[in-house]
Amino acid sequence: MLFGKDQPLENIVVRGARMVDPVEGVDATLDVRIDNGVIAALGTELEPNSHRVISGEGLLLAPAFVDPHVHLRTPGREDEETIASGTAAAAAGGYCAILAMPNTDPVVDSAATLGALLVATRDQAEIPVGFLGAITKGQGGTELTEMGELADAGAAGFTDDGVPVSSAGLMRRALQYAAVTGRRLALHCEEPTLSRGGHMHEGEVSAELGFTGYPSVAESLMVERDLGLAAYERQPLHLLHLSAWESVQAVRRARAEGVAATAEVTPHHLCLTDEAVRSLDPNLKMNPPLRAASDRTALVEALKDGTITAIATDHAPHARHEKEVPFEAAPFGVTGLETAFPALYTHLVQPGLVPLEVVLERMSAGPARAYGLERPRIAVGATANLVLLDLNASYRVTEEVFRSRSLNSWLLGETVKGKVRATIAAGSVAYAA
Amino acid sequence: MTADIRVMREDLRPPGRPPRRHFISIKDVTKDDVERLLATARTFERSLEREVKKLPTLKGRLVINVFYESSTRTSSSFELAAKRLSADTMSIKSSGSSVDKGESLKDTAITLGAYDPDVIVIRHPQIGAPRLVARVTKAHIVNAGDGKHQHPTQALLDLYTMREELGRLEGLHVAIIGDVLHSRVARSLIQGLTLTGAHVTLVAPPALLPRGIEAMGCEATIEIAAIAAADVVYVLRMQRERMQEGANYVPSLREYTARWGVTPARLRPGQKVMHPGPMNRGVEIDPQVADHADALIETQVRAGLVTRMAVLYDLLTSGPAEVKAESALEVA
Repeated sequence: MLFGKDQPLENIVVRGARMVDPVEGVDATLDVRIDNGVIAALGTELEPNSHRVISGEGLLLAPAFVDPHVHLRTPGREDEETIASGTAAAAAGGYCAILAMPNTDPVVDSAATLGALLVATRDQAEIPVGFLGAITKGQGGTELTEMGELADAGAAGFTDDGVPVSSAGLMRRALQYAAVTGRRLALHCEEPTLSRGGHMHEGEVSAELGFTGYPSVAESLMVERDLGLAAYERQPLHLLHLSAWESVQAVRRARAEGVAATAEVTPHHLCLTDEAVRSLDPNLKMNPPLRAASDRTALVEALKDGTITAIATDHAPHARHEKEVPFEAAPFGVTGLETAFPALYTHLVQPGLVPLEVVLERMSAGPARAYGLERPRIAVGATANLVLLDLNASYRVTEEVFRSRSLNSWLLGETVKGKVRATIAAGSVAYAA
Repeated sequence: MTADIRVMREDLRPPGRPPRRHFISIKDVTKDDVERLLATARTFERSLEREVKKLPTLKGRLVINVFYESSTRTSSSFELAAKRLSADTMSIKSSGSSVDKGESLKDTAITLGAYDPDVIVIRHPQIGAPRLVARVTKAHIVNAGDGKHQHPTQALLDLYTMREELGRLEGLHVAIIGDVLHSRVARSLIQGLTLTGAHVTLVAPPALLPRGIEAMGCEATIEIAAIAAADVVYVLRMQRERMQEGANYVPSLREYTARWGVTPARLRPGQKVMHPGPMNRGVEIDPQVADHADALIETQVRAGLVTRMAVLYDLLTSGPAEVKAESALEVA
C-alpha cells in the first residue's frame, strides 16, 4: 500500500541516543546498528563495522512518524505541492510514511488515475506514500467508485475528504462495500447545511468578529450519524480531523459499545483555539475550524486516554497569492508536515499537558494501526524507520524551514522547541540537518 | 501566539519609530482615545459654524477613499471631512476600476500606495480587508466598514451624538434592535458603548442574535419589551439583501415588523431613537418614529462629518500625547 523511489539501503550506527519506543517498551540510552536498512543490533559500544556513524548524543531516537492525512495537490495543483516537495517536507518533519488524500484534479477515483500517480511516486517520492481513493466518483457524493479495483491497484483506504458524504443512504452503501476491499473508510464529518458560509468556529469570538459561524454540531451530528451506521453495519471506520468536544464524546461512547472506530486530530486543533483567529491571519483558517478552549481540552484528553489514536497534520498547501487576501476570501487549510513535532512539543509536552511518549505513539504507531500499515518500531529485525530529535534546540520558524512548495503555516514567525535532526525511512536516510 | 505581530508586520518597523496608527476596530482605541476624538470633533463642529468652513490643517496631505461597497453617507462624509481640512482627496470605487478586471485587493492597495497617501479609507465586503491593506501600504488605514466585522467611525459618530444630546455616556442605557448578526455597526457600537461605561441591551429575533454575543459585555434578548427601559433605542437596518427567500432568519419581513418593528406604541415619550441609515421605513422603523423630534437621525449624519474630521486629524498629527484638541484649532 506504500510506494516510493528505490533508495539505497543504509549501513549506519547511531551512537548514544536516548531511544524511546513506547509500544516496544524501550527507553534507554543505547547504540543502534542498521545493516542494509534493517535494525541489526541494539547495545552499548557496538562495533561500527565501517558503517557511517551518526552521533546521537543528547538526542532522542524514536520510531519515525506516520502522517495519515496529507494533501499532495498532485495532480492538478503542482504549483502548490508535488510528490517530490511534499515527501521532502514530510522527511524534514520526521515522517517515514504519509497517506495522500484523493481530492485532487482529477479526483483519484479510478484505478487509471491512481496508476498514473503511482508511476510518478516511484520516480519522485523521497519517503513511502500511500494513496486513498475517493468514496464517490469525482467526490460528487452520488455514485460509488470502483473500490475493489482501486484497492487492487494499491489504494490504502477510501475517503471523500474535503467534502462530506451527505447522503446517509450512500454512506451506508459505502460502508457495506468497503468490507469487500479490506480497506477502511476515512470520513470527513460535516453537515453542510449547518456549516454553509462558515469561516470559523461559532462562538464568542465569531460573534464579536462578525464571521458566519461553523458550529461544532455541524461536525458532531455527522460523527454520530456515521458511528450509528458503522455500528449497524458492523464495519470499522476512521474519523478525520476531529475538532469538537461533542465529537469526542460520541467516539468514546461508540467505542465503549464496540464500534471499531479510530479517530485523528491535527496539531493545530491540539495547540490553538478560536482566540487565535482574532489576528485575522488567513493562515489560521482551516476546515474544521479552530474551536473553543473547552474543545481543545477535550481533544487533549482524548489523545491521552486513547479515544483519539492518531495525530494527522491535514497538511493543506495553498499558493501564496491565494492566502494573501482578506480572511473571508481565503481558502481553508494550513501546512503542517515540517512543523508537527515542534508544535506539539512546544505547546503540549513542554507545558506538561501531554507526556512525550504519548505524542510519539500517536504520531507513529497510532496512525499506522488505523490503516493497517506496518508500525515503525525500534527492535532488532525491524526495517529502520527512525527519527532523531533534538529536544533542546530552540529556533524561529522562518520560510527557510519549509521544504513544501507552500508557506501557509500558522507557525511562521513563532519560536519553537524540538528539531528533527535526521529521518530514516524504509532503511534509507531521507533527511539530515 | 505571535500571529498579531506577524499580521501587523510590526517587526519590520524601524527601531525607535512609534507604531503607525490605524482605526480599523474600536478595539484599536482606549477610552482616553475616544474622549480625545470626541473633544476634537466638538471643536471642529464649532469651526463649521464659521462662514468660511475650510481649515488649512491637513494641507498637502493625501486621503484616498476606496469603496468596494455602495455608500452614500460614509463616503461623502469622509470626502467632505478631508476637504474641510484642506487635504487632497481621491475616491476609488470598485466598479469602473481595475477591480472589474479581477485585480486583487493586494495589488490595488500596492498601486494606490505608490502615490504615498497619508490615509487610506477603505470599505470592503470582506472581514480583514483593512488589515491586508495596512500590511502592504505605508498609509494610516481607516476602516469604513469591512463585512460584518467593524465600522468604527460609525460608532464614534453615534457616541458623539449620544454625548451631545444626552450629556453623558457613562451609565447610559442603549437598546440596539434588529439584525445584529449581519451588523458591523452593532459590533462597533457595542464595543464603543461598553468602553465608555454605557449599558447595552440587544434585541433581535433568535436567528439574528449571534450565539455568544453576550461575551462582548452586553445583554441579549428576543423580547421587544426590553427597549422600554432604554434611554436610546438604536434601530438597525433590516438588510433586505440578507433576507432572501429560503434564508429563514425570520419567516417574513411582515412578521419581523409586527414583532420587532419600532413603532410609536412601543416607545416612551422622550426616548431618543437613532438609526445608522439607510432606513427601511415601515420595516424596522415606523415612519412616524423616524420623523419625530426624538429621532436623532439627521444629527447623526452631521456628527459623521465632524467625527471623521477628528479621526483624520488625530491620525495625521504627531500622536496622542501631543494633541491638544482645543489649541489645535487656534493654530489652524
